[in-house]
Amino acid sequence: MSQQAPLSSVNDFVVRFANVNGSGSASANELFARAVLRHGVPVSPRNIFPSNIQGLPTWYEVRVTEAGHLGARGGGTDLMVAMNPQTWDKDVAGIVPGGYLFYDSTKPMPSTKFRDDVTVIGVPLTAITNSTYSDPRQRQLFKNIIYLGALSALLEMDPKLIEQLIGEQYKGKEKLLSSNVHALHLGRDWALQNLKCPIGLRIRKADKVGDRIFIEGNNAAALGAVYGGATVCAWYPITPSSSVAEAFTNHCKKLRHDPETGQAKYAIVQAEDELASIGMVVGASWNGARAFTTTSGPGVSLMTEFIGLSYFAEIPAVIMNVQRAGPSTGMPTRTQQCDLIACGYASHGDTKHVMLFPEDPAEAFEFAAASFDLAERLQTTVFLMLDLDIGMNQRLCRPLKWDDAKQYDRGKVMTAEMLEEGRDFGRYLDVDGDGIPFRTLPGTHPTKGSYFTRGTSRDRYARYSEEGAVYADNVQRLLRKFQTAQDMVPRPLQANAAKPSKYGVIYFGSTAPAMDEAIELLEARGHQLDRLRIRAFPFHSSVASFIAEHDFVYVVEQNRDAQLRQLIVTENGIDPVRLVPILHYDGTPITARFIADAIGTHQDQIKVTPLRKAVS
Amino acid sequence: MTYIAKPTFQHPGIKKNELGYSHRDYEGKISTLCAGCGHDSITASIIEACFELSIEPHRVAKISGIGCSSKTPDYFLGNSHGFNTVHGRMPSVLTGANLANRELIYLGVSGDGDSASIGFGQFAHAIRRGVNMTYIVENNGVYGLTKGQFSATADRGSKSKKGVTNTDNPIDLVGIALQLGATYVARSFSGDKKQLVPIIEGAIRHKGAAFIDVISPCIAFNNHAGSTKSFDYVREHNDAVNRLDVLTGRDPIEIDQDPGTVQIVEQHDGSRLALRKLDADYDPHDRLGAMTFLQKHAAQGQIVTGLLYVDPEADDLHSHLNTVERPLNRLEAADLCPGQSVLDKINASLR
Repeated sequence: MSQQAPLSSVNDFVVRFANVNGSGSASANELFARAVLRHGVPVSPRNIFPSNIQGLPTWYEVRVTEAGHLGARGGGTDLMVAMNPQTWDKDVAGIVPGGYLFYDSTKPMPSTKFRDDVTVIGVPLTAITNSTYSDPRQRQLFKNIIYLGALSALLEMDPKLIEQLIGEQYKGKEKLLSSNVHALHLGRDWALQNLKCPIGLRIRKADKVGDRIFIEGNNAAALGAVYGGATVCAWYPITPSSSVAEAFTNHCKKLRHDPETGQAKYAIVQAEDELASIGMVVGASWNGARAFTTTSGPGVSLMTEFIGLSYFAEIPAVIMNVQRAGPSTGMPTRTQQCDLIACGYASHGDTKHVMLFPEDPAEAFEFAAASFDLAERLQTTVFLMLDLDIGMNQRLCRPLKWDDAKQYDRGKVMTAEMLEEGRDFGRYLDVDGDGIPFRTLPGTHPTKGSYFTRGTSRDRYARYSEEGAVYADNVQRLLRKFQTAQDMVPRPLQANAAKPSKYGVIYFGSTAPAMDEAIELLEARGHQLDRLRIRAFPFHSSVASFIAEHDFVYVVEQNRDAQLRQLIVTENGIDPVRLVPILHYDGTPITARFIADAIGTHQDQIKVTPLRKAVS
Repeated sequence: MTYIAKPTFQHPGIKKNELGYSHRDYEGKISTLCAGCGHDSITASIIEACFELSIEPHRVAKISGIGCSSKTPDYFLGNSHGFNTVHGRMPSVLTGANLANRELIYLGVSGDGDSASIGFGQFAHAIRRGVNMTYIVENNGVYGLTKGQFSATADRGSKSKKGVTNTDNPIDLVGIALQLGATYVARSFSGDKKQLVPIIEGAIRHKGAAFIDVISPCIAFNNHAGSTKSFDYVREHNDAVNRLDVLTGRDPIEIDQDPGTVQIVEQHDGSRLALRKLDADYDPHDRLGAMTFLQKHAAQGQIVTGLLYVDPEADDLHSHLNTVERPLNRLEAADLCPGQSVLDKINASLR
């Protein structure tokens, strides 16, 4: 082991920063990721943080990937920046053989604390900061910039690109700008003078970033709500969704004030709980405004009574659910795709709800905007199913696009003019055969079109009724409406293997980048797979046909109970044997290596005994 | 029963208001509540108030929770949109509806189970946000629809129909509303329409969170001896601190009492409240004084009624949020969507 050669790699490695929460490291670490991007090299960073504000360990992992693999890589760290004594042992153990350990060498460490199969790089960060700065807060903050400077030398980065970024960040704050640049060079110069630079890991300029942008999914979803015409946002703070509402607030402050009066073309209320936030959304939508709430699993649980009302009384509602590991408080700062059943069938009685599954921030933006059209067109709840991995990490994605000619689809709303013309208004009358009735908004007409909205059973003209036939007629129409939704929601995207394959794989949401990479790994192992990325529930008919076209299909998801698979089996009447679950649920983002290993092992076994024979 | 059609006949000489509407235009479906229910008297008072104020019925949104009281919006203002929501959640739905369209009149109808138990939190938060609404609690101290369980407003020591004595302390919604900053607070009695109608009128004309607690005896489950919410008990213990008249438009102010005891309060919308003092010590502009007065009198077993507090300079949630005058539900893509040019700049800032 001790003879392990140091890793050598250009533009393809993983750096992990181990820090203490609240130490100001986040901005320096992000600066590192952005600096790599400015070299034209894609990165995929991930925050690994506790449910804590100050003191507990936090990590920031940056995958440098010229090949553009944006999923988590897994398999350990190539360069560990170990700034947290609390997690030292674990951090050192997590370095791959041949990897590098960067640490603050101000205080001597016993040799037992190191590994002889990793290259140790000590920089006396505390000594440098203490001799330069007297203010304790400055010492803390600039220490982060100093290690960034040292890393720039070790990885052969262009310091001008980092200076440029600092310049953009502190534009107009000259003092902060120059002191940050100074700190950067303190670290850089020390490394150049005292260490062998570069190490085996290097950043070399490339042109693989293109016009892509670097944005968190929550921020993109908030922008989607602005562009989608949301005017009412009611929410209750819960990790990892709070930053959606906060970003919506910030965007609205800049983009939604009347230039003349300064008045707001939006209303945001931080509600007392999730019951109130969804109640406000339902009230506002009933009254014709585009409204949404943001939450996570426990919040959805609290909202379920109202979700049933939205379904049954047919009131639009948009719920952005940034999923985290459950049940209960679970792992509130860890990612999962674990609320498909909870959202798809939320509430008591027979209910089904539309869900959209964005793969990245660009789709989060598009689907967030689209969810308002869908909710109003379908007059029901639409869930935007984000997760912590997409929501709270910056992800490289295509630039956000908007068609300026686009008008909002406000759905079937009967106006005063239509009522005057003598149109027959039955609130729950299926006039077009698509299961979607017309609604009127309060205040429309003095004598026509008013109705009483209720969660109790009623006839086609909204008159209270507990007649069995009337109830059945209504809930069958709701089912018809759900079928209509199939062709309105984003369709699945299929990508076939180069050669015809008997095997397929279905996946969705944040699994996408790991899946794309896994396909390459599997091809290298000789396994060809067709793939289908599901983007919405209810499932389009192409999901069933994709399954029918293959001997069997892997369903890859980030939860224990194979929730997507359950939905497919239930909704499409598929024989469960034909869907092989590939499940990842430890709260870390799924990796290509995990998927490729799980599918590869299964595929290797089939070559010995075909599954169909084994089960028959 | 709702399946019985109400006759539409109107007497040709029936009284009409400024809009040319008669009482009948403010009615709804036939009530399905028990004969003699206090709630039906409140319904009649709401009809009377809207008629007197010449409100266009379709400009009112009626929103309720779940329970006997929450059924009543079906029985008045048949040309208004109504929404019978979720148990205890009327306040949030009303808040959202109000945010969507600030031009309508919002009438929230709730009960003591709905507002003091399951929806206590929502009641409190809608009040503290200053939502522009008239929030009426039809307070009978019991759960009627589930056959007579105590509610959280039942007085300690009050007896249920089955003879059980309530040992929990009561929640006084008026006291809570005052503490949380409601800008129009009143209590009345369903059996005193003369007091109740002008209180509802004043609340509708009030711009801010108006709360009215109306003691409304449950004829089926809480009208027996030993109950503190029975007709007899409330009549005997009613301590009205003032009488209100709402003057609109150019109505001359007619004061038939000693002028020193009548106070005119002008609200934002120009409506004037003529308050005739019945209790010389009571000042409806003193929030703290009102709270003390209520507690003192409650301790003596008295039910204080009247307009208990009013802030004529009140503002509401829309003014706190500085929202545009045009209702949010009428804004279109041109008003709301910044377009691709702004998105280009945002994209550029994210590289």
